[in-house]
Amino acid sequence: MAGSSLLDSLFQRSLEDLIKGLRLFVGDESSFISKAVDEIRREIKSTDQQTKANALQKLTYLHSIHGVDMSWAAFHAIELSSSQSFNFKRIAYLAASLSFDPSTTDVILLLTHQLRKDLQSPNSHEVSLALHALYFISTPDLARDLTPEVFTLLNSNKGSTRKKAIAIILRLFELYPDAVRVCFKRLVENLENSDPAIVSAVVGVFCELACKEPKSYLPLAPEFYKILADSRNNWLLIKVLKIFVKLAPLEPRLGKKLVEPICDHLKKTGAKSLAFECVRTIVSSFSEYDSAVRLAVEKIKEFLNEDDPNLKYLGLQALTIVAPKHLWAVMENKDFVIKSLSDADANIKLEALQLVLSMVYEDNVVDICKVLINYALKSDPEFCNEILGCILLTCSRNVYEIIVDFDWYVSLLGEMSRIPHCQKGEEIENQLVDIGMRVKDARPELVRVGRDLLIDPALLGNPFVHRILSAAAWVSGEYVRFSKNPSEIVEALLQPRTSLLPSSIKAVYIQSAFKVLTFYLHFSISTKGVISSASQGVADLMHGRVPENSQFVRTGPVADSDTDDGGLNPRMLHRSVRDVSVESFEDMSVAHEWLSSTSSKAEPITEESILNILDLVEITLGPLAGSHEVEILERSRNVLGLVELIREELPGFLVKREEDNDKGQKKTHEMIKLIAEAFSEELGPVSASSQERVTIPEGIVLNQSLDDLDAICGDLGLHIPTSFSLGKSISSEKNDVTMSDQQSKEEFESTESMSLLAEHRKRHGLYYLQSQKKEMVYDDYPPANDLKTGDNADDLIKLTEQSLFSKKKVNQAKPRPVVVKLDDGDGTFIPAKKVESKDDLISGAVRDVLLGDEATTSSSRTRKSDKSSSKRREKDKLDIDKSSGPKEDSKMMENSEQDNANLRRSKRHSRGKEKKHRSTAKDRDEHEEGDKQKVSHHHGKHKSRQRADGALTLAAQSPVIPDFLL
Amino acid sequence: MIKAVMVINTFGKPRLSKFYEFQPVEKQQELIRHVYAVLSNRPDNVSNFIRSLGAIFSPDTRLVYKHYATLYFVFLFDNSENELAMLDLIQAVFVETLDKCFRSVCELDVVFNYSKMHIILDEIILGGQVLETDSVEVVRAVEEISKLESTTSAGTLINKSIPSWWAR
Repeated sequence: MAGSSLLDSLFQRSLEDLIKGLRLFVGDESSFISKAVDEIRREIKSTDQQTKANALQKLTYLHSIHGVDMSWAAFHAIELSSSQSFNFKRIAYLAASLSFDPSTTDVILLLTHQLRKDLQSPNSHEVSLALHALYFISTPDLARDLTPEVFTLLNSNKGSTRKKAIAIILRLFELYPDAVRVCFKRLVENLENSDPAIVSAVVGVFCELACKEPKSYLPLAPEFYKILADSRNNWLLIKVLKIFVKLAPLEPRLGKKLVEPICDHLKKTGAKSLAFECVRTIVSSFSEYDSAVRLAVEKIKEFLNEDDPNLKYLGLQALTIVAPKHLWAVMENKDFVIKSLSDADANIKLEALQLVLSMVYEDNVVDICKVLINYALKSDPEFCNEILGCILLTCSRNVYEIIVDFDWYVSLLGEMSRIPHCQKGEEIENQLVDIGMRVKDARPELVRVGRDLLIDPALLGNPFVHRILSAAAWVSGEYVRFSKNPSEIVEALLQPRTSLLPSSIKAVYIQSAFKVLTFYLHFSISTKGVISSASQGVADLMHGRVPENSQFVRTGPVADSDTDDGGLNPRMLHRSVRDVSVESFEDMSVAHEWLSSTSSKAEPITEESILNILDLVEITLGPLAGSHEVEILERSRNVLGLVELIREELPGFLVKREEDNDKGQKKTHEMIKLIAEAFSEELGPVSASSQERVTIPEGIVLNQSLDDLDAICGDLGLHIPTSFSLGKSISSEKNDVTMSDQQSKEEFESTESMSLLAEHRKRHGLYYLQSQKKEMVYDDYPPANDLKTGDNADDLIKLTEQSLFSKKKVNQAKPRPVVVKLDDGDGTFIPAKKVESKDDLISGAVRDVLLGDEATTSSSRTRKSDKSSSKRREKDKLDIDKSSGPKEDSKMMENSEQDNANLRRSKRHSRGKEKKHRSTAKDRDEHEEGDKQKVSHHHGKHKSRQRADGALTLAAQSPVIPDFLL
Repeated sequence: MIKAVMVINTFGKPRLSKFYEFQPVEKQQELIRHVYAVLSNRPDNVSNFIRSLGAIFSPDTRLVYKHYATLYFVFLFDNSENELAMLDLIQAVFVETLDKCFRSVCELDVVFNYSKMHIILDEIILGGQVLETDSVEVVRAVEEISKLESTTSAGTLINKSIPSWWAR
């Protein structure tokens, strides 16, 4: 054994050899590494420390550079850490800090003793090693056990050791919040050390603490102020500024005090880092101080004019922060910002993009978007999408707040979809559908844009556009009544290249085709009568001559197509559509409108054209009726069922209307009417949280196990009426089941579903947007939730609306259309989360220490001690443990009254002292925040008494600490 | 605080990495690869900050890097640090110290002095906090440690000398 280990150590490869070997090795590196690891596994077991250390060092190297697992070597590292040699100890601790996982490496506890020994070592470098290791590997147990040692180090007379101990404190606080009670006071004392490195370390710790929970550190503001006013160390000043950024929102009076010294630094400093931090502090936290902001903006301008791209970038970043409150600052630098859009540096471009968009408001949105789209066309794909994303985000903000001309915006969306690099399909899809539901006036334009997208077969080849096409298909189906040529849309929806679409979108296509087909048929039925009865036929209509038909007369002005350039007057169209309620959808007016708007282009509907469409549908969807995708199968069968139904009566489908009218309409006509009615039901946006508001009916257990569902369904399956599926109806025709039976059944079903829907609406009306009738009141839409009147939020929306309107240019071509909004915010619903984190424990403890709040002390302590005592091992107990034990708690409770009395007395006492103090040291007190904020670091007497106490026991501390700090 | 320090060469090989928040080793490698992918796409003469790093970093993570010859020096940190100060830390503290310790540092120095790199870094940063910004102080401490090591481990002398000729 001894021989082999000697051999090993003699011929062992050092780390350097390993690295050399790796560099010279040609071929698969991993085979070399695995061979090396095998070697290390052998060597590391050696009893010779040198060999072991060497092996461990190699392994650590492989771990951190080549990602080799070394969790198996944890124990060897611990073993080596007790070595007398500093070199070996360092190797061991480095291995531990780079590889130990505090949450899973269970041997860490074995290191407790060694760490304690090294923390107490007279050699400051050994202490440093231990502190480094402690940072990386400490667990709550380790933190608890070693807190006293670190506490002692906080007073070390070696500066380097002391500042390292201070830095490590943060970790201890995180893992073991009770350490705050022990160490906090001494930490604060170190703020007054003469060595700036030590102060810097303390401030660094407070900066981290304040990030998590600033409120607790407000009482220390005077200390930080002193540093801000006196220090000349840039690192320190930056950190102090960081702290003040966190504190400023909590204490408005801080601003007045701080602005002056910050501006001083900004004027005097030559260090760009400090200057930038001052600028950032001013623009983010003290933006109400105009002179300071002006100074900061001056500085920003200097940054922008530097050659260094870093400074340019940071300057733009600062402008972004300042933009929401002081837009003038951006405007002053407008040219630079626009120029930066074509900078070589991606950072600068992005930042400039943000700024450009911050300048957008309703007057210039059209122009800015035009500029940006031009940039997008020229840019690389990544930045192009960044631009598109930003435009989409900005324009949709607050439910399209800045958009006045929706027709423009909708066509912009269409334009974006055609940009080659566009990958924002999902967002554009959402907005197209959303605008369709919210903005009624935009629907004609939506349909037009949708049509243009649908009929372009090239777009189907680009998977990024598929989502947009899905929206286009949906829009075309849903708002088909604004379409100029439905048959064209059916053809587009069924074109062969749709096979390139994913199945979910294909299903949308088919469903839309269904809607369009229904509309088309319904329209042809309802107009045919007119057309055939009017002797001159379609030609008449084309010239706007009004046939003698009462219904037609009613909508006479609309039918006047002489002035109508292809129905592109959406306003007119819209107005008459609004007059048409859901119930009277069958009203001829819609049809006439459509006809009048399209008559100039579309060919008249003849039986032949219907037949053509039906053929097309059957040819395309026929094969899909057997699709494996349920959605596609179901929907195409629906359409095919309808086609089948019509074919039945096709010869003379349109002509027999006159006689049918006498004995009631044809059954087919009746059905088409019903389906069309069902589709004409208005869809509105639904609040993301509306489902939450549905009360669960009694007797329903939502969490019930569904294991027995199969059995139940199996039973039910027997009773499900078979006529539900249209597929069945196709086959049943051949089985001699009379059509009328079939129809009446379906008719019943559809009326039933209609009535069910209506009933549902009535009952849960508040989850829907108000129906059309209410919306007729232009520009004064009531909140969707009728129950709540005088909603504050809604008033606010109205107010902003008004203010926006008043700002608008006078030559606005048309008023902004109504945008339906939900009253409870349209954002995604985020359930409020309650977080009970460790930070709360730290800050709670800090507050206890700073303010001596007895009540919270005892409660938080009980909570914590429960937790920690369960974990605690019955080892050598420390003083802190004892004091935080449950026994102590009861004692504390008993004493709390007495303590409070003490506290009050001490408060009075200290106030008296303060008065005295103020008279003696006035200039110093000028910086103070007032009595409330006073942190009595001046009270040297108390402090010294505290230090004299020395003992760590908490029982002794808690009543005294308030004296110290209040 | 500083979250990680990396030194990566221009071919994506890590030369030094230290994470101040525990990361499993696979994640470490992934992060390094990701950072390299971001850096290698950046032209020279552009700003040294990267703000949006992608989903594998927490959202407030920022990155400052400096490109020297064949090496990227990378610091990852959160918003309680100042970007320019971090850049200073790389240039005026870390690299300058390396320069002093290795007499105009090059990639080979970094490769072959793995543990010394850690010593230097540990003198500057502890637990994600910057503790020393004076390179003279750092060099002094590093020299002290080297002296300490050579006195306590006399055995290394023999051992080191043998394999070095043996390996040639």
